[in-house]
Amino acid sequence: MPDSQLTKARSLIKLGQPEQDTWSLSRVEDGMPTSRPVIVPLKLWFDHASEADVAPWLPSNTELTSELAEQLATAPLVAIDFPAFTDGRGYTLARLLRERYQYRGEIRAIGDVLVDQLFYMSRCGFDALALREDQHLDDALRALGAFSVSYQPAVDINEPLFARRLREA
Amino acid sequence: MYRYDTYDQTLVDERVTQFRDQMERYLAGRLGEDEFRPLRLQNGLYIQKHAPMLRIAIPYGMLSSRQLRALGAITRRYDRGYGHFSTRQNLQLNWPKLEDVPDILAELAQVQMHAIQTSGNCIRNTTSDQFAGIASDEIEDPRPWCELIRQWSTLHPEFAYLPRKFKIAVTGADADRAAIQVHDIGLRLWRNERNELRVKVLAGGGMGRTPMIGDVVREDLPWQHLLTYLEACVRVYNQFGRRDNKFKARIKILVKALGIEEYRRRVEEEWAHLKDGPQTLTEEAVEAARSHFPEPDRRPVDEQAIIEHERLRQENRNFARFVTNNVTDHRVPGYKAVTLSLKRREHAPGNVTADQMDAIADLADTYSFGEVRVTHEQNVVLSDVPVDQLEALWQELETLGMANPTVGTLNDIICCPGGDYCSLANAVAIPVAQAIQERFEDLDFLYDLGPLDLNISGCMNACGHHHVGHIGILGVDKKGEEYYQVSLGGNATDDASLGKILGPSFYREDVPEVIDKVLQVYVEQRQDEEIFLDTYRRIGIKPFKERVYA
Repeated sequence: MPDSQLTKARSLIKLGQPEQDTWSLSRVEDGMPTSRPVIVPLKLWFDHASEADVAPWLPSNTELTSELAEQLATAPLVAIDFPAFTDGRGYTLARLLRERYQYRGEIRAIGDVLVDQLFYMSRCGFDALALREDQHLDDALRALGAFSVSYQPAVDINEPLFARRLREA
Repeated sequence: MYRYDTYDQTLVDERVTQFRDQMERYLAGRLGEDEFRPLRLQNGLYIQKHAPMLRIAIPYGMLSSRQLRALGAITRRYDRGYGHFSTRQNLQLNWPKLEDVPDILAELAQVQMHAIQTSGNCIRNTTSDQFAGIASDEIEDPRPWCELIRQWSTLHPEFAYLPRKFKIAVTGADADRAAIQVHDIGLRLWRNERNELRVKVLAGGGMGRTPMIGDVVREDLPWQHLLTYLEACVRVYNQFGRRDNKFKARIKILVKALGIEEYRRRVEEEWAHLKDGPQTLTEEAVEAARSHFPEPDRRPVDEQAIIEHERLRQENRNFARFVTNNVTDHRVPGYKAVTLSLKRREHAPGNVTADQMDAIADLADTYSFGEVRVTHEQNVVLSDVPVDQLEALWQELETLGMANPTVGTLNDIICCPGGDYCSLANAVAIPVAQAIQERFEDLDFLYDLGPLDLNISGCMNACGHHHVGHIGILGVDKKGEEYYQVSLGGNATDDASLGKILGPSFYREDVPEVIDKVLQVYVEQRQDEEIFLDTYRRIGIKPFKERVYA
């Protein structure tokens, strides 16, 4: 397939720091792009799972079984798609990848993502987000640090606030 | 009641800063309408028919007098000097200016309040029993558990974009006053034969356009696992709930589609991974939560005062009426809970003016340890009034117009704001409530009818809980005209049931007449002490139908 169908990456927020993205993204399911490194639909990725410069993206309705998680363990990065920013399934997928299956690579949010969702996303284990042209880097960085305190444990903190209070008392 | 520590305060302060920034970006055109929408909703801000509406959270209905005064001051400064208590124990402002909302939230934060998650497809304010901590039939005070759930659900990073809104209600008493069977998740705290605290977990109840009674997911969850179990319940819903059709997106549709066994199986499978994780509750954690709800410093009320109270009651018919209808027994002898009626014809049900808020706050300080509870019936409760002060309180309430001795009667109508305010409504609701209150205002008639729940919703979203009213009224739109559908036999308490539609809908002006005919059938057919609901359950809908459509 022609590489013109690829979405070229723009500025990326990674681990809370802006950086230039090197990965391209393909949403086409019936042809492997030649460009590298590239993020491709999960279905295509299985045949390229051993390549360090090919990564999968998961649709939001993916059922994350232990078999799938085991296959994903070697992926250089896993992208999770948000077909609409109101589709919250990706938050659960990211948490399961991190907490249940100990995936250590990059988890990237792709698709329709708002900068105002970054705080929750980072708590759920996402560590990279490609910004849209109209999304401002400084807004994103501010949103990421919106809260300094959380009640619940998640990927970032393993202790609920009620336990921390008891520990500090 | 619960008091913030620096963590809670930091969180609500940071929330204000966050929303102020979001509002600025929206007003500057850097955040689109669609993108701003979920952000404002999760701060309680709707765009309504005439103006924005701001829904302020009142966690499980508890307010301090200081908070109530602050709410009054906010309605004066930013609104039109009144607010509306909703059926979910929250307070709604109908006329705030969009750009003022960050300032309103900042003022709320100063009195440990917020509007977080009072709307949007997230876990909403947890509701509970208005007589929590004082009810004589209480097994376990639900408030500490509600607070633990409040904290767990507040800014939960995984559950801010659920398929649809998610409501949790908790009861810890024999009698369910929190309508747990018609919530997305209903929790009942109970003790087993070894006196160990257990939680009965229901899921998939709800009202709206497809009303359903919740199914039991787990009968006897040990309390330690409450939060991890809730997390499993919501996670399964987040993954598998429908997102293609907003009318089929509530958890009740998922539970129905999977069947309760399959839903339970998925929850238990998920829970197996979460069980005994960091959110497992400990004795210390629960004790810490309980320490926020200490017994108030009640002075002893002696036997003589109780006798004197009974004497006053015998002597004064008006006072007696008030005591019979608006005063509830208390776990502690010599104390009573008093329900202030917010139902009178001059006001929409649940509406309260800023002056009334101040007055209620003063009464709470004088008579009830400075605390107030909001009920899902849209009234206000002073929970700890010594009997030797009851008459004085009643006198003050009379002067203020909040002593309407009609709590629990036909006149105590639950009603949503309806088409007068709400952009979702198909029809007005408040004028219907007022017309019914006007028609049936004779107290002797109301008392003769006995306990009767009449609930009105202006659309099928059912904010007025019409499905669970003994008599329910639903506003419907037919080709641009307002009609009203009447249903009978709903009930929100232990033996919960959903009302059955009587038949074709009516014009607004005919509704009081229809209700009158329904009541006639009841009065003619009732046996002994039968209340309306029992007569209906015995004789069925047919005799009512025949009379109304004769």
